[in-house]
Amino acid sequence: MQLIPCPWCGPREETEFHYGGQAHVAYPQEPAALSDEEWAKYVFFRANPSGPLAERRTHSAGCRRWFNAVRDTRTHELAAVYRLDEPRPVIP
Amino acid sequence: MTFRLPSGGHVDRDTLLQFTFDGRVLTGHPGDTLASALLANGVHQVARSVKLGRPRGIMAAGVEEPNAVVQLEKPFPEPMRTATTVELFDGLVARSLSGQGRLATEPDPARYDAKHLHCDVLVIGAGPAGLVAARTAAQAGARVVMVDDQPEPGGSLLGSNEYVDLKPAVEWARAIADELRATPDVHVLDRTTAFGAYDDGFVLAVQTRTSGAARQRVWRIRAQQIVLATGAHERPIVFPDNDRPGILLASAARTYLHRYGVLPGRRAVVFTMDDSAYATAIDLADAGVAVPLVVDVRPAAPENWAAACAERGIEVRTGAAVTGTEGTERVTGVRVAGELVPCDTLLVSGGWTPAVHLFSQLRGALRYEPALGAYLPDGELPTARVAGSANGTFDFAGCVREGRAAAAKAPVEIPLPVSDARPRELAPAVEWQIPGPESDVDTRFVDLQRDATVSDILRATGAGLRSLEHVKRYTTIGTAHDQGKTSGMLAAGITAEALGVDLADRRPTTYRPPYTPVAFAALAGRNRGELHDPVRVTALHSWHVEHGAEFENVGQWKRPWYYPQPGEDLHAAVRRECLAARTDVAMMDGSTLGKIDVQGPDAAEFLDLLYTNLMSTLKVGRIRYGVMCGVDGMVIDDGTVIRVAEDRFLVTTTTGNAAMVLDWMEEWLQTEWPHLRVFATSVTEHWATVALVGPRSREILAGIAPELDVSNDEFGFMAWRDAEVAGIAARVCRISFSGELAYEINVPSWYGLALWEALAERGITPYGTETMHVLRAEKGYPIIGQDTDGTVTPHDLGMSWAVSKKKADFLGKRSFSRSENLRPDRKQFVGLLPVDPTVLLPEGAQVIETAHIPRPPVRMLGHVTSSYPSAALDRTFALAVVRSGRERIGETLYVPVGDEVVPVTVTETVLYDKEGTRRDG
Repeated sequence: MQLIPCPWCGPREETEFHYGGQAHVAYPQEPAALSDEEWAKYVFFRANPSGPLAERRTHSAGCRRWFNAVRDTRTHELAAVYRLDEPRPVIP
Repeated sequence: MTFRLPSGGHVDRDTLLQFTFDGRVLTGHPGDTLASALLANGVHQVARSVKLGRPRGIMAAGVEEPNAVVQLEKPFPEPMRTATTVELFDGLVARSLSGQGRLATEPDPARYDAKHLHCDVLVIGAGPAGLVAARTAAQAGARVVMVDDQPEPGGSLLGSNEYVDLKPAVEWARAIADELRATPDVHVLDRTTAFGAYDDGFVLAVQTRTSGAARQRVWRIRAQQIVLATGAHERPIVFPDNDRPGILLASAARTYLHRYGVLPGRRAVVFTMDDSAYATAIDLADAGVAVPLVVDVRPAAPENWAAACAERGIEVRTGAAVTGTEGTERVTGVRVAGELVPCDTLLVSGGWTPAVHLFSQLRGALRYEPALGAYLPDGELPTARVAGSANGTFDFAGCVREGRAAAAKAPVEIPLPVSDARPRELAPAVEWQIPGPESDVDTRFVDLQRDATVSDILRATGAGLRSLEHVKRYTTIGTAHDQGKTSGMLAAGITAEALGVDLADRRPTTYRPPYTPVAFAALAGRNRGELHDPVRVTALHSWHVEHGAEFENVGQWKRPWYYPQPGEDLHAAVRRECLAARTDVAMMDGSTLGKIDVQGPDAAEFLDLLYTNLMSTLKVGRIRYGVMCGVDGMVIDDGTVIRVAEDRFLVTTTTGNAAMVLDWMEEWLQTEWPHLRVFATSVTEHWATVALVGPRSREILAGIAPELDVSNDEFGFMAWRDAEVAGIAARVCRISFSGELAYEINVPSWYGLALWEALAERGITPYGTETMHVLRAEKGYPIIGQDTDGTVTPHDLGMSWAVSKKKADFLGKRSFSRSENLRPDRKQFVGLLPVDPTVLLPEGAQVIETAHIPRPPVRMLGHVTSSYPSAALDRTFALAVVRSGRERIGETLYVPVGDEVVPVTVTETVLYDKEGTRRDG
């Protein structure tokens, strides 16, 4: 069972967290101005890289705060966690 | 006839334990395993093989045992326990098995529990490497946990007569363990098998308890650093008829001798590829066993070992092999180069396979080491280091050196212990099987537990399988109870040989938890029965129980389902309850409804973004029904919104969605709309909610809330008022989920029972969830999650009226205009009336177009989502989602039910009081 370092609480067991999909997918400023295809990209399409992926998580059985984490999809290792108001760290 | 020596071993000879095996009453001593006690009584055969019914005997002395898998009957039935790992106790009753055992039919009186441990260094294995690792770490001041599956420390030393630091090795091991136990922050867990290694230093171990209420305990250990000192398993040798009782691993025989004072037989031949078996030959000869012959497949014998054999008159034959055995219930002789050598025991050693299971579970890479014929850990892991024979290091000095090095990043230079064990001289031979005629491949057993032979492997490779993983699945080798601890490497080697490939180029099969079988009861621990899942009950629960309610599970909630009176079944009770609500007055415990307090200066703006309809225009004192969608436009929940104050709302959710809706609110507030000043707080359990329903509900309410003006003008539909009800401060909401004149009376939970009892005193009929469902379905009110399934928009539900056209945006809005969501053939929410008014459609039944089921594929138009008999309609009815449903109103469609096809008429969803006069009156 993984330890996930919550930016507010420190390392906690993964069962305390919920997964929230790819990070940095902002709700469009003006949904009405988007074509069906552009809107569908926001609603349905997510990256699926082999390697680092920035994802959202929430410490649902802890502080209940959302944060972002960069996970290597090949090893499941978390390279970084950061608050929502922090920029995505550069992962070498 | 006893095979127990008059002295020696670590059993308590002063105490006699009586046990029964296959109906025979036998004795043993504390310190015995079931296997050692059986061998002491001369019992070798403990099983018949699962497919071929061949007699099988005890072969090993530890977890790698492939044959001696027995059924325990007393004290409690446990199937498939390995006799070599069952500690003997008085009154044990066991029997031999062929394959599976039986699970207990009676409840297990024992407890199973779990404990958590956190440490700097976790050492797995208390052999030489593990002991030195634990001691080193402890001396460096680390918090240490050492786990070992045996009752005593020492590992392989337990099966030896060696000396360490001039003390008997077992005493040396015991002294270190005692020293560790006396050290603060050090835990020594005996009888504890680490069976699973996971991410970030998390290890699960199961401990067999010998005292206390718990039979087994699972330790959940989180370690900064793991030292894997898990040892190695000796391999058998593959040759014809290598499976007879009396054929044991050489090291096992030595263990039975030194640890239990038990002889495996009277006349033993040793057959080896490795130096280690010579010690067995010598020790057995010294203990009085006739050892006529050591057969070593290697061209030369280790000189010093051979000399020690010669001193004892043991012939050593090199470059030779055992090519067959005789005997049925027990081996009676072995064939060596055509000669039959009589014996009652054959001790084999095909080399050693390091126990790399946990390292591999941690996704550590393995490399093939041709000199050992085994896969070894390849490099280190951030959280785990390997030491000793698990690393392919088999000599004592090497083991303790690695143990010390693995214990700490900067090892403390404690002096290393010294053993008097005779050193190894020659490398082992790596021979996967003894060459011989092809005709005998059917009796060259590889996996004894699966009855799988060389011929099975050849069939697999002949069928074109190239990967070890595929051969494993095809032959089942390594998939039995023992998970191939003795057979896996042999199968790999024979496969590679058959394919003419190098094992270095073949990926070994994957090791997965658990290392040894673990009972589900142990994993469940105390989380069983009432503790399996939390049970949530309302403030009124005791009343419901006292009044005979049947309960329905809604999530973790226990909700009254219906209240049967004597002689009533579900239908009769629900009919009575429905009639009370429609014609008189009835009440329901609605406390489980999710309730969320949403407050803050931007609360109204927030709810406008969340709900499809406009909430900011709601006036204080008023209530609005609202629908919530995902960004894909599909309905995720519905409920009412009460405006408590300009900056405060009380939102209700579906019972099962309460947590989800709170999560949903928090997600948007934190991730997309952090500028909104809003707090959302669950208040579900703060309130007890009673729905008071029916034409007489106003009269009843007036009676118990004399200060409340209940007139329609003053307190109309979708309004709420704070008032004293039955002397309790209450919030009364005039809302209806039944279509009747109705009030929801909310009081602090603490007063819920008092309110309910005050109403019950007035003879009001209580009703449960089933009646609630019928009443709402008669009115066409959907239940989110029952009538919808995540593919249904508000428009599909016929709720366009609940979708605001004024708001610039809200969650889901943009998706409503996606072309997919505008298709005229979308499934829409409709009512279905069976043409025969007595036929009750099953929920989930498919809806089709034709009176006869056509040839497949049959075009499915939709399915029945709700179906009930109705007292008010005096007939059955159903709700359904149907393609182009609204266009089909008035049409006849068909619902296959079993062998019949039921004709149904499509209708609107609202079947009762379409004008809503009852509700609004």
